[in-house]
Amino acid sequence: MKANKSSIKKSPQLYQSIAVSKTKFILLAVVLVNLSACSSLGVEPWERDLLATKAMALTSSPIDAALDDHIYFSKEASSGGKSFGGGGCGCN
Amino acid sequence: MIYPDNKNSKQHSQSNQHSQLKKANVKMALSMAAGALLGTGVMVNDAKAEVLKDWQFDSAFLFYSEGERVTAAEVIVSGNKTFANDEILNLKLTIDSLTGASANGAVVQAQAQTFTRPSGEGQYVTPAGETPLDDTFKDTRVQLNAQWTQPLAENYTGSIGGHFSKEFDYLSLGVNGNLAVDFYKKNSTISLGLSHFQDTFTPMGGIPKPYASMPIGDSNSASWDEDLAKTRIGSSDKKVTSDVLLGFTQVINRRMITQFNYSYSMVRGYLTDPFKIVSVLDQQGTAQDYIYENRPNERNKQSTFAQAKYHFDQNLLNSVLDISYRYMWDDWQIKSHTLDSTLYMPLSSRFGKQSYLQPHIRYYQQSAAKFYRPYTFAEQENKTTPDENYISADYRIGAMDAVTLGVKYGFSLNNGNDFSVRLEYYRQMPNNAGFDEPSELSSLTVYPVVQAVIFQLSYSFL
Repeated sequence: MKANKSSIKKSPQLYQSIAVSKTKFILLAVVLVNLSACSSLGVEPWERDLLATKAMALTSSPIDAALDDHIYFSKEASSGGKSFGGGGCGCN
Repeated sequence: MIYPDNKNSKQHSQSNQHSQLKKANVKMALSMAAGALLGTGVMVNDAKAEVLKDWQFDSAFLFYSEGERVTAAEVIVSGNKTFANDEILNLKLTIDSLTGASANGAVVQAQAQTFTRPSGEGQYVTPAGETPLDDTFKDTRVQLNAQWTQPLAENYTGSIGGHFSKEFDYLSLGVNGNLAVDFYKKNSTISLGLSHFQDTFTPMGGIPKPYASMPIGDSNSASWDEDLAKTRIGSSDKKVTSDVLLGFTQVINRRMITQFNYSYSMVRGYLTDPFKIVSVLDQQGTAQDYIYENRPNERNKQSTFAQAKYHFDQNLLNSVLDISYRYMWDDWQIKSHTLDSTLYMPLSSRFGKQSYLQPHIRYYQQSAAKFYRPYTFAEQENKTTPDENYISADYRIGAMDAVTLGVKYGFSLNNGNDFSVRLEYYRQMPNNAGFDEPSELSSLTVYPVVQAVIFQLSYSFL
């Protein structure tokens, strides 16, 4: 204990690192406070009844999405955004 | 590949597990079908059904028609198999066939116009007052996709995939990878996706020389082949596309989920359309010449995408509203806005069967690429700086608005399989992005509207 105390007194680097970790702690606290402020967002696992339905999936019909992507990729200057817009066909 | 979808559909399939009886029926039906195909009678080994037991299939047939322009038919069969540790294998086969005519880039004239086919063999004539369409457009494409998705650790999901697509004159090979991290009780998901495509284009008739005049003459004459060869610079070229996709998904509450994406796409290589030409006009607007277009060999696209889904309560028939918006911009100075929305409306179940109606509306608007010109003038040719040397009259990179209106009707069959039919109307309205219109063109339709009807049948089965 004595040795530790004296080493703290003697080492300015250690003070610095404590200061750094304090900053980190404050940052962490800010993040946590923010997260808890968002605690009104989201659901508990047992509240996923509606979210789990097919109609609520972000892409409820991947087949329709693939067909639409192909049509609009070949008829317009934009592609992707929701998923990859890459190449794939000589249709453009 | 967006993870929350997989997750939801998985939960969906789990929550809607079919009864053992139904499974047995399916198994028996498959056994019988396999038996009939193999000619071994009804009594076939259960092992055959065993192979297909955990597969779930989605299939669709799509018919797309622009009337007198392009007609396309496309078939997709997609199979999903879920393994014991929640690994998912998806295999998808797409076959499509295109026929008909597409705009060659030349502008309408008050008199008939003659063009050489891209192959150099023969010519076609566009009547006076009509948009020049190249009617040699014909292709069949086969595409194969495979995607493997699996949990890597608690809250970590990884996925890798491969892509192969082959047409008569085009080959595309691609790979992709995706990592998704769930946190905050899986209410939030961050994902990072990378994809890379390598395409090879071997167009019929070769790669035309940019700015060269389209040779028009008798393709049976002795000097024709030589004349044509002078306008070609090769037989094939390559294009490489690399995409990065960052995604964030957030569950808001029991009725609402949102998604936000940012994507960056780099395209390098041959981005010119070898079949497109540009009319060279005199001051009055009469075509003097047709030159092959020329696009930069680099394009960097960025986009932001936001989507929200909301599940209404009984007062609004338990319907689900899906609304999304995409903003895209690139270094060709194209900017686009896309608003897309569907409303899923379950209908009261009749005879114990579920059915739904889903109207769809989409609005799209884009600005023109900086080198887009509906036509050029004789004295404007031979620009000095490379940037000014790019030119394209392809209306698909010009200014336009587009609207899609559609409706889908779906229902469950007695055996638990799903059937749906979709009908949509797509209308493209190109517009003048501030180009001077010479007198001869004033009474003609320089920016014609393009209309298409889309009809689709889908069938999902176990």
